[in-house]
Amino acid sequence: MLLSIKDLSVSYGKNQALKNINLDIEPNTVTAIIGPSGCGKSTFLRSLNRLTELTPNTTTRGSINYKEHNIYEMDPMEVRYHIGMVFQKPNPFPKSIYENVAFGPKLNGYDNNLQEIVEESLKKADLWLEVKDRLKDNAYTLSGGQQQRLCIARSLAVKPDILLMDEPTSALDPLSTAKIEDLMTTLKEHYTIIIVTHNMQQAGRVADNVAFFLNGELIEYGSSEKIFTKPFDKRTEDYITGRFG
Amino acid sequence: MLRKINDNKERLIHIGLFLIAMISVLTTAGIIYTLISESIPFFQNVSLKEFLTGTRWAPLFQPQSFGVLPLLNGTFLVAGIAALIAIPLGLGSAIYLSEYAPEKVRKTIKPILEILAGIPTIVYGYFALSFITPIIKFLFPQANIFNALSAGIVVGIMIIPMVSSLSEDAMLAVPQSLREGAYALGATKFEVAIKVVVPAAFSGITSAFILGISRAIGETMIVTIAAGATPKMTLNPLDSIQTMTAYIVQVSLGDTPHGSIEHQTVYAVGLTLFVITLLMNILAQIISRRFREVYGNAR
Ligand SMILES: Nc1ncnc2c1ncn2[C@@H]1O[C@H](COP(=O)(O)OP(=O)(O)OP(=O)(O)O)[C@@H](O)[C@H]1O
Ligand SMILES: [Mg+2]
Repeated sequence: MLLSIKDLSVSYGKNQALKNINLDIEPNTVTAIIGPSGCGKSTFLRSLNRLTELTPNTTTRGSINYKEHNIYEMDPMEVRYHIGMVFQKPNPFPKSIYENVAFGPKLNGYDNNLQEIVEESLKKADLWLEVKDRLKDNAYTLSGGQQQRLCIARSLAVKPDILLMDEPTSALDPLSTAKIEDLMTTLKEHYTIIIVTHNMQQAGRVADNVAFFLNGELIEYGSSEKIFTKPFDKRTEDYITGRFG
Repeated sequence: MLRKINDNKERLIHIGLFLIAMISVLTTAGIIYTLISESIPFFQNVSLKEFLTGTRWAPLFQPQSFGVLPLLNGTFLVAGIAALIAIPLGLGSAIYLSEYAPEKVRKTIKPILEILAGIPTIVYGYFALSFITPIIKFLFPQANIFNALSAGIVVGIMIIPMVSSLSEDAMLAVPQSLREGAYALGATKFEVAIKVVVPAAFSGITSAFILGISRAIGETMIVTIAAGATPKMTLNPLDSIQTMTAYIVQVSLGDTPHGSIEHQTVYAVGLTLFVITLLMNILAQIISRRFREVYGNAR
């Protein structure tokens, strides 16, 4: 088991956003988190690399074991180094394309083979061919879809184990979305991916497993095939067939 | 019932407000006009070349000499010292307020900084002379009672709130998503501040520095009280010097007859000061306008 989540509860002040979540994630899989708006998907994802701590007054109970270590007993910087994140809106730094990808490795003290790491990461994110002649250009000169792939490359450059993606294609056009979905399938060979999505087709296309959240609770978790063909819980069925949410 | 709209009244209000807005524009135009028209007779007597390149400023003594460089030297020496104080402290305090301080602390410190900005400069002047100068004299006995260092330090302290507040605004405008992006790569809080937020706010911070320095160049009371009245080409901060502003005060308070060349120097020096600060403010505007366009679609 790569990631084992036990009795995880997260509150923002008095508002409890996650209630006793138990979930295990296998290596080299894509897990989709689905559920209606406000059910705690982003909160769940952000608690997996301790980004929830950046919000004042959040409390977290329970444990998340990454390779048998409770991440809440680890150094948060180290946790995030192993568990990377791609956000809903592309958020490249206002620096060159090269500097964006080199940012993480530089933090961790790499400097001799930076060029290689940058090239390798951009190739993995399927962006290399489009940017190899303009690495010095500002990242904002890229299209939205390219920016998102740049952010993926930026995350890959620190060689994480797990990649968290919070609605990574919701701000993108269909073509860029398809590119990123293809990418997830290839990245799965070397990484474990957890993705939040509102798009059932997308979840069906890319995910091995699906977790359905409702009002801060995990209602159902199983293989993508099972959830989409014969869900166990009535509420899951209602949600995926579009009867609510 | 329909409300009766009084067109004439609306038009009067419009015109009235327009006139009020014009007051400051007209005042500025009037100042520029005075500076230029009063400077013309001066430059009929003293060549622009002598004025801008001469290294001796002695309009009030015989033999007279009209090289403005010693005053520029004094002004920039004080402004330079002030910048050395205000830039690191102002930036440091902006980083603290924008990136580290909990909401409560920020809400307490900001008004205090604003009060600091509202203290009359004469108070700063006496603070320089009666508090900073004795310390300098103690550390460096060879220092003059009136010296550039004391004035520079206090001018620096005076502009800290301005540099800090403008830099903080620029840093707060950096989208939270950029910080999260850096945290998600394993950055520490300090790395996020120094490697992401400050560079992203760079042009805003630079324009804060320029405006702060421009304010230091125009500062009058502190330098008149603490820096001395000896126009001098020197880089020694312990020397007594004279700034452009302090010179203007000296002549304005003295009894040089209106219309004499001694008196006209005030306008020539004032015009120089005006051009310098105008150029700096324009530069700050250009830089900070660029910065608003930087973030593209992040946010
Ligand atoms: N920074 C915050 N401060 C306070 N409450 C928050 C914060 N972020 C989220 N919440 C609350 O936590 C709950 C879960 O929010 P979360 O963002 O995890 O939902 P979500 O499933 O990602 O929704 P969406 O699909 O709209 O993105 C909501 O009730 C929300 O109001
Ligand atoms: Mg969300």
